Amino acid sequence: MPDQNTHLIRVVNRDQSFKCASDQVLLIAMERMCANVINVGCRGGGCGVCKIRILQGEYECKRMSKAHISDAEQQQGFVLACRVFPRTDLEIEADHYQPRESYYTNRDARKAAC
Amino acid sequence: MRKGVMRPGHIQIRVLDVEEALKHYRDLMGLIEVERDSQGRAYLKGWTEVDKFSVVLRQADEPGMDFVGYKVLDNQTLEKLHGELVEYGCNVEEIPAGELNGCGRRIRFDSPTGHMFELFAEKEQTGKWGLSKVNPEAWPRGLTGMKATRFDHCLLYGPNIAGTLDLFQKVLGFELAEQVLDPEGTRIAGFLTASMKAHDVAFIECPEPGKLHHASFFLDTWEDVLRAADLISMEDVSLDIGPTRHGLTHGKTIYFFDPSGNRSEVFCGGDYHYPDHEPVTWKAEDLGKAIFYHDRVLNERFLTVLT
Ligand code: FES
Ligand SMILES: [Fe+2]
Repeated sequence: MPDQNTHLIRVVNRDQSFKCASDQVLLIAMERMCANVINVGCRGGGCGVCKIRILQGEYECKRMSKAHISDAEQQQGFVLACRVFPRTDLEIEADHYQPRESYYTNRDARKAAC
Repeated sequence: MRKGVMRPGHIQIRVLDVEEALKHYRDLMGLIEVERDSQGRAYLKGWTEVDKFSVVLRQADEPGMDFVGYKVLDNQTLEKLHGELVEYGCNVEEIPAGELNGCGRRIRFDSPTGHMFELFAEKEQTGKWGLSKVNPEAWPRGLTGMKATRFDHCLLYGPNIAGTLDLFQKVLGFELAEQVLDPEGTRIAGFLTASMKAHDVAFIECPEPGKLHHASFFLDTWEDVLRAADLISMEDVSLDIGPTRHGLTHGKTIYFFDPSGNRSEVFCGGDYHYPDHEPVTWKAEDLGKAIFYHDRVLNERFLTVLT
């Protein structure tokens, strides 16, 4: 019998899945599984890096930065994975954060590493 | 040339939930909760700070920073700088005394990087927390968590740091203590001081205006930084990186996030600056080492995760 309180999270655009308990947020559950399918930032609903879209399933959300999730977007299932508790199995789409290219790019920073 | 700006006086940080934020700033970092105002804002300070407060938490639906305020010598200095800010072309606004409990009149102005700053001359002085003014003991009993001693500086991201650096140097009399230059000689980071500290505020170039990278608090020793790291693990707090050392300023540091995603730093040590010192230069090609002296690699979060 599957555990009532553990839900399967399928990340459709990454072709991977992970399990998340109903008292855990998606991002932390993913990190605990050492999976790398949602980008990790502040883990506090402030930076927007973990933005995903929920395609299927039920969930609850803690407060999220309006700078990254507008009311309209929230209606369409956009959420910050660090603020979402699953209530059923979920199908999600990762990688919805649009990083604005920084003046000094990450590519350059990586090049700088020795 | 110094213009009478003394030190960072306060930062107002936006949080998604004030009660949760207090667990971070008060219980974990060990700041002293001073009071709440009629708007529900929470006021805090580090125990060594003589002024009434240095951190204000405001509940809002978008985390980040509202403004940073700097304390100037006296009202005459405030008036003079007020005029110079207007003349320089800033949008300047006067905030009446008492808008922040215990704080005098503030002069608020904008900047090319999109951040709001303030100057003020007067704030109620309640003295160092828990210590007597005469024959003070070494430290007060009853401190919690990391026992952060003071609000020290913040690092801000935005476009046109050249513009904001010019404003801070020309009008406010800050000095450039450290910088990062790319191969074309463009300054991508500037660390400014109004004191002997290696930085009282720092800026990094980024296309998005008005961003907060971190608010930083001072600890006395490396042992304290390590203990802060222990607490971060014990409390399962969101860690960014550390404990480690910066190349820039050579401070020993750890970065972590508050429950709304605003980055905090506690650090100790660091270089000093006198007005006759040349700016210390780091090359952009070595930015990894400049930021994280031991790893010598930038983690991607350092450049992209902002509020
Ligand atoms: S990780 Fe920053 S908003 Fe989720
Ligand atoms: Fe810092």
